[in-house]
Amino acid sequence: MSGQAQAKDDAPTAPRWKSGSNLERVLAEGHFAVTGELGPPKSMNTDLVRKKISQLKGFVDAANITDNQTGIVRLSSIGTGIILEQEGLEAVIQMTCRDRNRLAIQSDLMGANIHGIKNVLCLSGDHQSFGNHPGAKNVHDVDSMQLIRMVQEMRDLNKFQGGEEIKGGGPRMFIGTAASPFSSPIPMRPYRLAKKVAAGADFAQTQMVFDMDGFKEYMKKVVDLGLHEKIAILAGVGPLKSPPMARFLHEQIPGIIVPEENIKRIEDAGKGIDSDDKKALAEAYRAEGIKLCIEQIQEIREIEGVAGVHIMAILWEAAIEPIVKGAGLYPRPEPAPLDDDAAEDA
Amino acid sequence: MIVAEQKSLPDLKRMMKGKKKVLAVGCGTCVSVCFAGGQKETRGLAKALQTAAAVDGDELVVEEKTVQRQCVQEFIEPLADDLGEYDAVLSLGCGVGVQTMAERYPTTRVLPGLDTNFMGQPTEPGVWEERCVGCGNCVLEYTGGLCPITRCPKQLMNGPCGGAEDGMCEVDTSVPCIWTKIWNNSENLNLMDMLMEVQPPKDWSTSRGGGMRRTVVRDDLHQPFAIGKATTAEVEAAKAAEGSADDGVAATVAADPDASAREDAFLKDLGLA
Repeated sequence: MSGQAQAKDDAPTAPRWKSGSNLERVLAEGHFAVTGELGPPKSMNTDLVRKKISQLKGFVDAANITDNQTGIVRLSSIGTGIILEQEGLEAVIQMTCRDRNRLAIQSDLMGANIHGIKNVLCLSGDHQSFGNHPGAKNVHDVDSMQLIRMVQEMRDLNKFQGGEEIKGGGPRMFIGTAASPFSSPIPMRPYRLAKKVAAGADFAQTQMVFDMDGFKEYMKKVVDLGLHEKIAILAGVGPLKSPPMARFLHEQIPGIIVPEENIKRIEDAGKGIDSDDKKALAEAYRAEGIKLCIEQIQEIREIEGVAGVHIMAILWEAAIEPIVKGAGLYPRPEPAPLDDDAAEDA
Repeated sequence: MIVAEQKSLPDLKRMMKGKKKVLAVGCGTCVSVCFAGGQKETRGLAKALQTAAAVDGDELVVEEKTVQRQCVQEFIEPLADDLGEYDAVLSLGCGVGVQTMAERYPTTRVLPGLDTNFMGQPTEPGVWEERCVGCGNCVLEYTGGLCPITRCPKQLMNGPCGGAEDGMCEVDTSVPCIWTKIWNNSENLNLMDMLMEVQPPKDWSTSRGGGMRRTVVRDDLHQPFAIGKATTAEVEAAKAAEGSADDGVAATVAADPDASAREDAFLKDLGLA
């Protein structure tokens, strides 16, 4: 990803960094990146946010802050992201097209950027029918592809989507996108990523990957298309907490395939434990889930074109530390500070 | 066609409360085809409401008539003479039909008997599916004749989200993901290159964001006091003011007092006056 930092030929005055975010610089220096996820509370409980921050800080290069995920109202992604920045954990704000039109999105991106937020993940957004306000009217003024292009043009062309100039420059965001290798239509998925690259995405985080053979096939096509040289691909992983949780992911979440052998492995971890001893069972399942996740990260690291992992430990932030340490990804790199670059540029 | 379905009996009974004589007006076009408000349904509903009222001990007479097209004022004109007899009209037209009635007969209480659902087509016996949201800015050119604005719950214009599995949409797993269908057929139509182009944000100003939409399809036929623009009473008054009761067209054109001033201004703008 070292090419990211180079100025384009046709834009000699382009700044060295797109955003200057930690994530951008970690990737530019060629490190295997690690991102995590932090779900804001369904309240204004900032103590809870700070607790989760303490579980992630130091173990990830940046943490996604979900944006009313599954259509449930939560503390805002940007509001929570500002706390992260204050606490020294870099935020990737998630931005959905479900809740905001192009006016609100552009306004919020500028608002986030002035508070130090430098990464954004551009999403369509989970449908509101899954959430706690199923009668809400969704927006979808722009789609995720158009959102990527809009953020890129705000940053690189200093212009609003409507065409007007953003005086003094647009928000400098490192632009992320989601990729779902196993959603329908599967043959289209690498091409969809290509389209997102064309729209201006800088990094992609995939849906949780358990089916390694399927993911290798996807990545082979991605590499054949040369996409890995244009976008940093972070493979999504996550620890399986229990057999029912593994089955839920496999059966209920589109785009997640948990092979039977994975589910069996978690099940087997509970063998020999008294079925009434729920605590011991849960501990055994969780330990095996973390172990499996570590092995999967190690396997993913060997796949050509993968630039990092995105660890989704849903409602289980405490799992991040053992996973990152177990996978040999700790301590996290500290890229050269921005100030030096400024001196270099001057 | 426009697809609608009858409101629930409790809703309809609530609307009938306190009324003694009601005229149910069916429509012989779209809502007749989808078995919601044609002659047969209107007759059935009139009887059902009367029976339901009788069971509750209420005195209610529901008479019924069906017009061929409730959304066009000429077709509901014959109702004018009798409407004074009724406490209300229960329209079994679509939302357009109800409003045509309400606009033509502003002193009559017009109630909706149907919920108007969408513009769609029958896909199997007894099933209708939505096909067009009337966004006013058709994208079917780019999508092989399948509309993602109507058929994708997120109105995506650049391909599917991650919520499709085995070709079905996660929002309703009985409904195919339209983007999967578009992609699967794109090779047949040689649309692959077009699907790889990033479609820019849509201009929604032609859709509902701009408020009520109005189209002048035929400028040559458009008259300020044409049917649909003004009530018959207003047209009559305009005719009377011009003293020309038999020539509707001439009368209505002359009835617009600002027309010549507007034309002068228009010519001036063009530098012709």
